Amino acid sequence: MAFYVVQFLTGLASAASLFLVASGLSIIFGVTRIVNFAHGAFYMVGAYIAFTLTDRLSGAFGFWGGIVVAALAVALIGVLVEMVLLRRIYHAPELFQLLATFGLTLMVEDLVVLIWGPDDLLGRRAPGFKGAVDFFGQNIPSYDLFLIVLGPVVLGILWLLFQRTRWGVLVRAATQDRDMVAALGVNQKWLFTSVFAVGVFLAALGGALQIPRDAVHHAMDLRIIVEVFVVVVIGGLGSIVGAFVAAVLVSELNAFGILIFPKISIILVFLVMAVVLIVRPWGLFGRPEAPARRTPGLTVNPWRPLTSNERLASLAALGVAAALPLFAGNYALTVGSEIAIFVIFAVSLHFLMAVGGLASFGHAAYFGLGAYGVAFLAKMAGLPMIVCLLLGPLLGCLGAAVFGFFAVQLSGVYFAMLTLAFAQIVWSIAFQWVSVTGGDNGILGVWPEKWAASPSHFYWLALGVATLVTIALRIAVFSPFGYALRATRDSALRSEAIGINVKRMQWTAFVIAGTTAGIGGALFAYLKGSVFPDNLGISLSVDALVMVLLGGVETVSGAVIGAIVYKALNIWLVSQTDLSKLVLGAFIVLIVVVFPKGIVGMLEMLAQRRKGSSPPGSTLLAKPIGPAE
Amino acid sequence: MRAKNYFVGAAFALLVGGMASSVRAQEIKIGEINSYSLLPAFTEPYRKGWQLAVEEINAAGGINGKKLVVISKDDGGKPADAQTAANELVSSEGVAMLAGTFLSNIGLAVSDFANQKKVFFLAAEPLTDAVTWSKGNKYTFRLRPSNYMQAAMLVEAAAKLPAKRWATIAPNYEYGQSAVAVFKKLMSEKRPDIQWVDEQWPPQGKIDAGPVVQAVAQANPEAILNVTFGADLVKLVREGNTRGLFKDRAVVSFLTGEPEYLDPLKDETPEGWIVTGYPWYSIKTPEHDAFLKAYQAKYNDYPRLGSIVGYQTIKSAAAILAKAGSTDPEKLIAAAEGLSVGSPFGETTFRKIDHQSTLGAFVGKTALKDGKGVMVESSYKKGADYLPSDAEVEKLRPKD
Amino acid sequence: MSVAPTLLAVEGLTKSYGGIHAVRGVSFELRAGEILALIGPNGAGKSTCFDMLNGQNKPDSGRIRLLGEDTTAKKPREVWRLGVGRTFQITATFATMTVRENVQVALISHQKQLLNLWGSAPRFDRDEAVRLLELVGMGGYADRPCGELAYGDLKRLELAVALANEPKLLLMDEPTAGMAPRERIDLMRLTARIAREKSIGVLFTEHDMDVVFEHADRIIVLNRGTLIAEGSPTEVRGNPQVQAVYLGEGLVYDARHREGAAT
Repeated sequence: MAFYVVQFLTGLASAASLFLVASGLSIIFGVTRIVNFAHGAFYMVGAYIAFTLTDRLSGAFGFWGGIVVAALAVALIGVLVEMVLLRRIYHAPELFQLLATFGLTLMVEDLVVLIWGPDDLLGRRAPGFKGAVDFFGQNIPSYDLFLIVLGPVVLGILWLLFQRTRWGVLVRAATQDRDMVAALGVNQKWLFTSVFAVGVFLAALGGALQIPRDAVHHAMDLRIIVEVFVVVVIGGLGSIVGAFVAAVLVSELNAFGILIFPKISIILVFLVMAVVLIVRPWGLFGRPEAPARRTPGLTVNPWRPLTSNERLASLAALGVAAALPLFAGNYALTVGSEIAIFVIFAVSLHFLMAVGGLASFGHAAYFGLGAYGVAFLAKMAGLPMIVCLLLGPLLGCLGAAVFGFFAVQLSGVYFAMLTLAFAQIVWSIAFQWVSVTGGDNGILGVWPEKWAASPSHFYWLALGVATLVTIALRIAVFSPFGYALRATRDSALRSEAIGINVKRMQWTAFVIAGTTAGIGGALFAYLKGSVFPDNLGISLSVDALVMVLLGGVETVSGAVIGAIVYKALNIWLVSQTDLSKLVLGAFIVLIVVVFPKGIVGMLEMLAQRRKGSSPPGSTLLAKPIGPAE
Repeated sequence: MRAKNYFVGAAFALLVGGMASSVRAQEIKIGEINSYSLLPAFTEPYRKGWQLAVEEINAAGGINGKKLVVISKDDGGKPADAQTAANELVSSEGVAMLAGTFLSNIGLAVSDFANQKKVFFLAAEPLTDAVTWSKGNKYTFRLRPSNYMQAAMLVEAAAKLPAKRWATIAPNYEYGQSAVAVFKKLMSEKRPDIQWVDEQWPPQGKIDAGPVVQAVAQANPEAILNVTFGADLVKLVREGNTRGLFKDRAVVSFLTGEPEYLDPLKDETPEGWIVTGYPWYSIKTPEHDAFLKAYQAKYNDYPRLGSIVGYQTIKSAAAILAKAGSTDPEKLIAAAEGLSVGSPFGETTFRKIDHQSTLGAFVGKTALKDGKGVMVESSYKKGADYLPSDAEVEKLRPKD
Repeated sequence: MSVAPTLLAVEGLTKSYGGIHAVRGVSFELRAGEILALIGPNGAGKSTCFDMLNGQNKPDSGRIRLLGEDTTAKKPREVWRLGVGRTFQITATFATMTVRENVQVALISHQKQLLNLWGSAPRFDRDEAVRLLELVGMGGYADRPCGELAYGDLKRLELAVALANEPKLLLMDEPTAGMAPRERIDLMRLTARIAREKSIGVLFTEHDMDVVFEHADRIIVLNRGTLIAEGSPTEVRGNPQVQAVYLGEGLVYDARHREGAAT
């Protein structure tokens, strides 16, 4: 019995650290609607600074003071980031802030290694909390008890802050309706800055408090960020109590789950999230998102098919691309193939995101399923390459059909998180089911047949498929289906009122996007000759998002450019420098600030300006496209 | 569509990059790939090691009179990126052979690439047995003692323990799973009387150490096998120490004696664990002394195991290239098979049968000295003594 | 007109939220070609009523029959397929598409081409779309992005969209809110003309009594969720109960009305 009590308390201690970080994220998202990918980075920097301070300062005061000062220092960094970077892009399309914070995260990961070195650092134990307390023969670390108390205390302080102060009232109001607060004449800028600071403070505090029980290292951020997102979503976005309950739920399920299924940890949070979201689409304590209000008088450039001149230009560009093998070496051709494949991947997500208004955070699942489909068919069934290429993507199609059905029941961030959960579930199946998928050692030897083996032939194959896919999706955008899909994105209410089954349209779009991604994955398997769980992983999903956002989510051809620029740059940087993350991150941040509509969006605006007909409304930037309703 | 213009631009950039790398006749190039940005704690010492080797080789006149150049690429910890890098090295840089890699899946990805493109590949660090056995191929050789070898070395010591009730803690991925599987198999062969009472599989890099320690303690084993490393190990040790998990229990632990993993534990290093590792401070052989002196002189730092692996990878590669007298992969394979190379750990041989090097490892016990973790009572285990019989190996390895 | 068939028959419609009756036992009928106004003070239950009629909201009890078919449990899109067009109090349009594309989407849906992935939507029934836009006086705006339109134009666009499926019944929730007085009269005249020509039944709510009394054939009055009066404009105008309700509320209406226009 004592064991179960102790296991429960241990779970609570884990929950406390999770809650600190999650509450900060929840507050930030609730008010600013920023999907703060950099939250984990702030957590990590909090731990690093706390490590340095507690190492230099002695005594109990030095330790606890160091922790608090570290959190404050990081909060200050957060304020700077908010004022210098995020403030410029609040009106950019939704999720653009995700791109900015993603770039920031990349930079921080390299920076901490530059500053603190590559080794894992062992922080000081907390003075007064070094030992353990005996509980009927079981030991509970006294630091755990401290954390168990701290969690509810922070919850209480936050509650008081939100319920008893004017600032808190404003924050709560803003969580429910941003525009209303703006209408009340509150200085929204400083409200956002202060909220961001509080959120970052909590993240950094969470990180700093880890140093007595963890190693401080440069991958801490990735270790926590996804889990924290999941906790926030399970609890309900913007709900502090929800974050607390979800943190406890997840930690306790893990603490007891591993007694029965020792391998459950790897997937548990995602399973819980998937179940919670299917049963309660807004999380345990969340409320339906207030539909984003549209101010009349704003617009984006209406989409139109290419003019005949543009068609000729594209054809010419394609011709040049097709002539690449005449003068480029094998390496350039293989990189070209990889870029072409990522164009397929990016346009497939773009179709879902820009046309359907559904931002998937787990699109790599269908890319990877396509790749695994090919690998299974080629290695187990021994089918010829052409058959594998045709049938492999069907696995992506199947996955998209099943998961998409559930995912489209939700919208906005909840949709994004459910797709993420599904992707992680698929990933962990690929990772764990060693007998079928080879686990993380993957499936090897999926090389192309002779006719496609030479780099130039494969390049033509990839370029050809990428062209076909891009054209097909473009046709779909301007097909009756594409119009109706955009209609559901713009107004679900109106769409239903004119006979459109919104969910079915979205589901169809999801399946189309998933299948298309699967085509990319199928080619990728042959390009690399192997398939790994990485092909389904979060970082690939994030890559896809970045490519779409970089190109411009409000444009038709943004994904193509985004994929080419991002992938080419990425490959080049990784080859040139070990600090590729720093450079790439800085580049992304720069793009976000300079081209808040993405590269193609920017070009379109310039073209429009040159024509003299400045787009109606300087409000261009104010129009959030995305899962608005 | 402006899209295509960008495409062409990118293509040109790549093209120019490709042409710039003209092959100079007086150089021999080795293409090296590792997870520098993902795992700097392990790859930095490794890089220092191979850089030292390159310096020594060129100071001694290069390879058959030609200067050795190592072109190094980061793989970011992704198999797909490692293949892109391998392709660049082979297609654009025209390297004579590939070397390096740390993670098992990346080692396998590059090995498969090497097999497909018919390029010689010397895998430096990946531990998975698949590299030389189930997914072995004729182009791939491996330097570091494999999972099986490390397990066999530990089992030798572990089987002498009186403990009968064992629990395992291992990261939930291929490395952890196969380490536990091999250990269990070899252990049960030697000690049919032991029982496996609990197993914990925390996700790699994401251990929630409290509940794991608690769960293992609840099973009340007499001995524990640990396979976690890095930050997970730190958390596990801290929780385990505080909760008294390791008190009066024997612990056998993979790799923990390597300075990369042992040093971060500082004064919290648990004592008496049976580990494999690299006690650089207590190895007193002329070969090692020479290496240690050169390394410390160049870097003003002590070597980690990665330094040895990096150093020996390039030393071995150079020996292979020198003996082959050619960069033709078939000749390189012929030269490498059965080749003996000196190392800081003594002479090693690349076995013809499975292309595994016989480089060994040290087994000893952890101890605390001046607030730092060290390995004591350590002894060098020759790799050749911990590999299965040739008949077994032939069954494990596909025919070329 | 008295022989026109019954389009819509509502019986005992009831809806409550948390114990408060929003709509209670409302029954009325609407015939083809008839223009029926639903009026009542703020919070009388008009919008709730409307939402139930096209399936946006499910009644607690009661029955709705459209063209003889029970539509009580049907979804908005199913109700629309039966030939019911609807405009919203706060306009709902496709803001990133052009005016013509807004109408084309409705035409695509009407012709069941929603899953057509191959055809060209920009050319889809272009003439019909333009014809509908011209009908509501929006012909010159066809290529303008919908997001640029003034509020009154959005209302007209909604009417064009609502007419795209050749409806037999139009549900118009405050069709003239936010319009200048002149525009209101134009729009309602237009609506009345179309209704008479095509024998479409129209049910609308309206705050502007001038509009109501000029265009409605019949008026029903809701107060606190119940029907308090029904009859011709003259009858309703003379109803003391209606007068009582309205005398106290007139000012409130106007204020709310303007506020609504601003959002």
